[in-house]
Amino acid sequence: MLAASCCDRRMCVCPGPRRIAIPVRSSRLPLLSDAMPAPAHLFPLIRNCEISRIGSTACYCHHRHLCCLPSHFAHSHFRYAPQKKFAALYRPKENFNHFIHTRDHASASQRFYLTPPQVNSILKANEYSFKVPEFDGKNVSSVLGFDSNQLPANAPIEDRRSAATCLQTRGMLLGVFDGHAGCACAQAVSERLFYYIAVSLLPHETLLEIENAVESGRALLPILQWHKHPNDYFSKEASKLYFNSLRTYWQELIDLNSGETTDVREALINAFKRLDNDISLEAQVGDPNSFLNYLVLRVAFSGATACVAHVDGVDLHIANTGDSRAMLGVQEEDGSWSAVNLSYDHNAQNEHEVERVKTEHPKSEEKTLVKQDRLLGLLMPFRAFGDVKFKWSIELQKRVIESGPDQLNDNEYTKFIPPNYHTPPYLTAEPEVIYHKLRPQDKFLVLATDGLWETMHRQDVARIVGEYLTGVHHQQPIAVGGYKVTLGQMHGLLTERRARISSVFEDQNAATHLIRHAVGNNEFGTVDHERLSKMLSLPEELARMYRDDITIIVVQFNSHVIGACQNEEL
Amino acid sequence: MFLRVLSDIQWRAANPKWRRMTSSRRSTSTTAEPHPVSLPAQAQVVICGGGITGTSVAYHLSKMGWKDIVLLEQGRLAAGTTRFCAGIVSTARPVSIELKMAHYSNKLYQQLEQETGVPTGYTKTGSLSLAQTQDRLISLKRIASSLSVMGIPCEIITPKQAVQLHPLINIHDLVGAMYVPEDALVTSANVSLALATAASRNGVQIHERTSVSHVTVQKGRVTGVETDRGRIQCQYFVNCAGQWAYELGHSGEVPVHIPLHACEHFYLLTHPLAEPLSSSLPTVVDPDGRIYIRNWQGGILSGGFEKNPKPLFTEGRNQLEIQNLQEDWDHFGPLLSALLRRMPGLEALQILQLVNCPESFTPDMRCIMGESPTARGYFVLAGMNSAGISYGGGAGKYLAEWMVNGYPSDNVWPLDLKRFGTLQSSRTFLRHRVMEVMPLMCDLKVPRWDFQTGRQLRTSPLYDRLDAQGARWMEKHGFERVKYFVPPGKDLLDLDHSKTFYKPDWFDIVGAEVKCCKEAVCVIDMSSFTKFEISSTGDEALENLQYLFSNDLDVPVGHVVHTGMLNEKGGYENDCSIARLSKRSFFMISPTDQQVHCWAWLKNRLPDDSNLTLEDVTWKYTALNLIGPRAVDVLSELSYAPMTAEHFPSLFCKEMSVGYANGIRVMSITHTGEPGFVLYIPIEYALHVYNEVMNMGQKYGIRNAGYYALRSLRIEKFFAFWGQDLDAFTTPMECGREFQVKLEKGMDFVGQEALLEQKQNGVYKRFTMFILEDHDTDMDLWPWWGEPIFRNGRYVGKTTSSAYSYTLERHVCLGFVHNFDEKTGEELVVTTDFINQGEYEIDIAGQRFQAKAKLYPFSSLFTQRRRKDEVELSGYQTE
Repeated sequence: MLAASCCDRRMCVCPGPRRIAIPVRSSRLPLLSDAMPAPAHLFPLIRNCEISRIGSTACYCHHRHLCCLPSHFAHSHFRYAPQKKFAALYRPKENFNHFIHTRDHASASQRFYLTPPQVNSILKANEYSFKVPEFDGKNVSSVLGFDSNQLPANAPIEDRRSAATCLQTRGMLLGVFDGHAGCACAQAVSERLFYYIAVSLLPHETLLEIENAVESGRALLPILQWHKHPNDYFSKEASKLYFNSLRTYWQELIDLNSGETTDVREALINAFKRLDNDISLEAQVGDPNSFLNYLVLRVAFSGATACVAHVDGVDLHIANTGDSRAMLGVQEEDGSWSAVNLSYDHNAQNEHEVERVKTEHPKSEEKTLVKQDRLLGLLMPFRAFGDVKFKWSIELQKRVIESGPDQLNDNEYTKFIPPNYHTPPYLTAEPEVIYHKLRPQDKFLVLATDGLWETMHRQDVARIVGEYLTGVHHQQPIAVGGYKVTLGQMHGLLTERRARISSVFEDQNAATHLIRHAVGNNEFGTVDHERLSKMLSLPEELARMYRDDITIIVVQFNSHVIGACQNEEL
Repeated sequence: MFLRVLSDIQWRAANPKWRRMTSSRRSTSTTAEPHPVSLPAQAQVVICGGGITGTSVAYHLSKMGWKDIVLLEQGRLAAGTTRFCAGIVSTARPVSIELKMAHYSNKLYQQLEQETGVPTGYTKTGSLSLAQTQDRLISLKRIASSLSVMGIPCEIITPKQAVQLHPLINIHDLVGAMYVPEDALVTSANVSLALATAASRNGVQIHERTSVSHVTVQKGRVTGVETDRGRIQCQYFVNCAGQWAYELGHSGEVPVHIPLHACEHFYLLTHPLAEPLSSSLPTVVDPDGRIYIRNWQGGILSGGFEKNPKPLFTEGRNQLEIQNLQEDWDHFGPLLSALLRRMPGLEALQILQLVNCPESFTPDMRCIMGESPTARGYFVLAGMNSAGISYGGGAGKYLAEWMVNGYPSDNVWPLDLKRFGTLQSSRTFLRHRVMEVMPLMCDLKVPRWDFQTGRQLRTSPLYDRLDAQGARWMEKHGFERVKYFVPPGKDLLDLDHSKTFYKPDWFDIVGAEVKCCKEAVCVIDMSSFTKFEISSTGDEALENLQYLFSNDLDVPVGHVVHTGMLNEKGGYENDCSIARLSKRSFFMISPTDQQVHCWAWLKNRLPDDSNLTLEDVTWKYTALNLIGPRAVDVLSELSYAPMTAEHFPSLFCKEMSVGYANGIRVMSITHTGEPGFVLYIPIEYALHVYNEVMNMGQKYGIRNAGYYALRSLRIEKFFAFWGQDLDAFTTPMECGREFQVKLEKGMDFVGQEALLEQKQNGVYKRFTMFILEDHDTDMDLWPWWGEPIFRNGRYVGKTTSSAYSYTLERHVCLGFVHNFDEKTGEELVVTTDFINQGEYEIDIAGQRFQAKAKLYPFSSLFTQRRRKDEVELSGYQTE
């Protein structure tokens, strides 16, 4: 049986309804009715799948990606029907708004609301802000600082975020990581990826210096200065293991010394690939420590997308693997805001991506490669860290699972082999790198997991963040002109506009502000407290149906520095 | 813009004559036309600005017989703020001189149409000021009291009566209102044009589209004006440039600092109501809602003074863009809410326009008039704080009198340009201050409020020390002064926000400070006082001072003399203490706000003699006032010198050492009538001396005290303060200070003739002290100043200051008693008997309290032996 430790939970809870759809043996099904009252972590896998199934059959799930479920899942969802609490929520989306707005439809048990302070405390629980310190009253960095925040939908959250300043080279690294099938992989990537990138960027001499320091047991040069929220943890147990892998990497880099200056694009690509490779290797090799052994397996069998920004002066590199997104907020000359995409989603909606996958596999597989907008009919992102189920050969998978710990053996998901699995690997962690040279009108960068992008259009994101950061709510001024307006009408209009503006001032953090909009926006594009309260008070098991984990980093640029850099070049 | 077109039409219809005279043709085209009439090469007076103030000055000057006047306007007449102004003439003003100006303006405008033939749109509608709170009602009652004694009809009415006067008002949240039936509405641009018409008939030349680039000044006198159309030589220049006045003042080589700053001001115009509003409906002012509402062409015009004003033109550029300012509905929102709350019936009324009309505001909410302290002949009238129409007529009259007669017919010190110095001219200061001033237009004006912005500009070196000991601060002329010290453990927040017309919560704190002054010794930092040094190589200093000051300054070295600096009419231009430091040098101490005025007065009258030097040493000395019977002990211990009355009599000055610091100027005066000393300490020694005094004083029970204690002490002893009780219209004879005048000092002095005449004929007003008899300190409204005094039921004057006397346990008010003839209202001589044989009452916000009048202070309050000349006068004392 599953151990009830929190690590197990993290591992097991979550195929999640959207990123991966997992078949579940029907023999488990009779347990369902009994399972619900039982502690949630006992049958989390089944429960999640079940709910997602209901979500997709009994109602339209408002997310873009639906779970596609094999047809043999024909068991009854009516078992849930008597539970009024849920029944009310299982309305289609169109009615959902309606339901939230008109209380008479809600059953008595739904009629509690979070007060604004409660809402704020939920929204602000994970917020973090970093301001680049000024020296001599001058901030010479092109980054003013960043705001980040995340709002869980999964319990526990599967998103991760990282931010760090490179100490041995210039620049700042920021990233969001969206885990699936558990958060283990996202956690590992969030801890390790920046070290890989930083090491890839280091000049030969510095690498040597570091290696010598390690060799002689001297103090190591610090490579990264992390900017972490207290909730952003690093696993102590694995640090030795991770460090050794990293050290092997830089030793190879030292040996390979090409003498050429480090190209950021290449460094990013190498780091991504190397880390994924290390994750895979560590799982194959295993670890004598049973806890670590289990950990590396969980990391490898779960997956994570990554969207990482490297900012150094006017040079902005975005390395993206998967379907998180980077977006640049640009202020036009007239003060309005527009959005520039700095990443492409790696999923079925991206034709180039579909094309790429198809060219990498024999023509015979063309029809099975992408089904229901998923890789092999299962996985939504087309690139990811971990997910060895889509990378290893069947033999390797079986061997590792059999030699692995019992917990792994008992896990339905890990044992399951994707259908039509003929020519692995089907999945890569290689990022797509986009370079952008910052201009003074580029005011901010938003990195966010798909939880944000599926609820908000990037244009709205640009506007909301832009207005928040400039402190100006760029509403068109009202002019009466020749229209017939009465005092009463004008009064009503002004009152409404004031309410809209006041929502800006509740947040001290741009990311929080964005989340507030993402979750609470009504059809008019303004934050509706009632809706916000409803969305945030959804029970853990249901939250995932209405929203995904959201993780946002908003990086604010220093236009003066950027402008000055430009002038220097001219 | 609508309004503009409207008045243009009326202008053309009404003024064909004037047009011919000036040949300045108007046309609707916007291109500049050639000027057929060239500018004169010289004139006696050049007025810059063709708004309400400029035309009013021209009108009054020409009426008073000055003919050689040129008025220049950069655009067209009445094209600035005047054109946009809401046109409300309201006399309900808290400051007495402003009230008089508004009253005069009202009377002037009323007959202006008849006089000039220009329709001014004058309609007597009356005004309703509403009170949503009891405190507001009290402040209205105070205004009502001063209006009634001036003979201006006015009544405090109930909400129900208010709704009868104006049926649209929602009265559910009102506690009362004030009705002033004679307040009026005018078309402001037309009033200005009417004044211009009358002035031009009297010979004033008016030139439009002529802008003044700068004013030339030579040897401290105005010599001419440079314009874009050439130069005009002139003796007098009048800056009536409204919000452009600041920049114009700074354009010349000798800058004239006119501290004002523009703020956007919005008002709303609507279409007519379904049943158009009657043009006789009173104007409604709802200060708690921050709005005013007047009828306008069957609809309404409503504006207000928001809490978050938008200052503009801080950089001073683009001021010509006044016509193109944007409407800002979001900004107007709160005022619109207040309007609909006051008149809910207007919801369906259609909007015509939101007008953005910038107004200029000054650092203390009062307008600016008078002569520049740096350039003689340079006069200013500007900064009307959005009441240009109400004040314009009266202010123009006063300024014209000032120019023609040398001084206006009333005390305009509260409006005098010289109350400001260069320090108020910082753009940052002005920008921040006007953001506080504009909301104050509607805020409740309670006694003893202080500005919060533009603070901590001038401070004593002891500021931090005192602040750490609980000092609460007020500001005078930019200088931070201590009000009182909050003892440790008291709730500070509460104290800072006490806004009340009743007993304030610092009552006991100040009481303790007063007690300490009486029984032990207190230290008050009085560094803000203005300090001048006058010295000469020969006897010039003495000779000139003897001429300029009324008391005899030819005293032995080391003596201190209290003396007035009088004008020709014997009135106090300044009241100061002068110490004779040596045969040829004098040290002069004046009130804080005299820094600019007194300097200019002396500079203008002292001969241009290189042997004579006048120096402002205010910043060089920190002044510590040691008040109390034990001050003697503290000082003698610190200086090892005997300080008793035998060795150091009253009104004496000596340089001595205090602690380690040498050269401290010690004077045996306290400005309160209590025994004690003022120490003038070179600033680098200030902290040392303060620490020594505090350490040594411990065993004598020394403590810090503030100005509130000082005020209570001086008022209970009938000490008049210049600026508060004394002004340019008060002579020493009228305030029982004959002893400070030496009529026979062997030489003439300024004001001597007037004083001799008064001595012979008697005085027409008399400074009197009133002890409130049936006033309950805890329950009743406190007197402030400006309360009417009634003698045998008839109005005889107003109070000028008041304080609670902790010794007498009574309120003491100081004020002037006149003797108005019962029938004619003519002023008669006030005799001692007249004062003594009356039953007095003081009117505080409509409630009258019995008061006992006294011409001399209680001798029991003085513990100190005074010098012979003072003792002579104590013979009158009855108690």
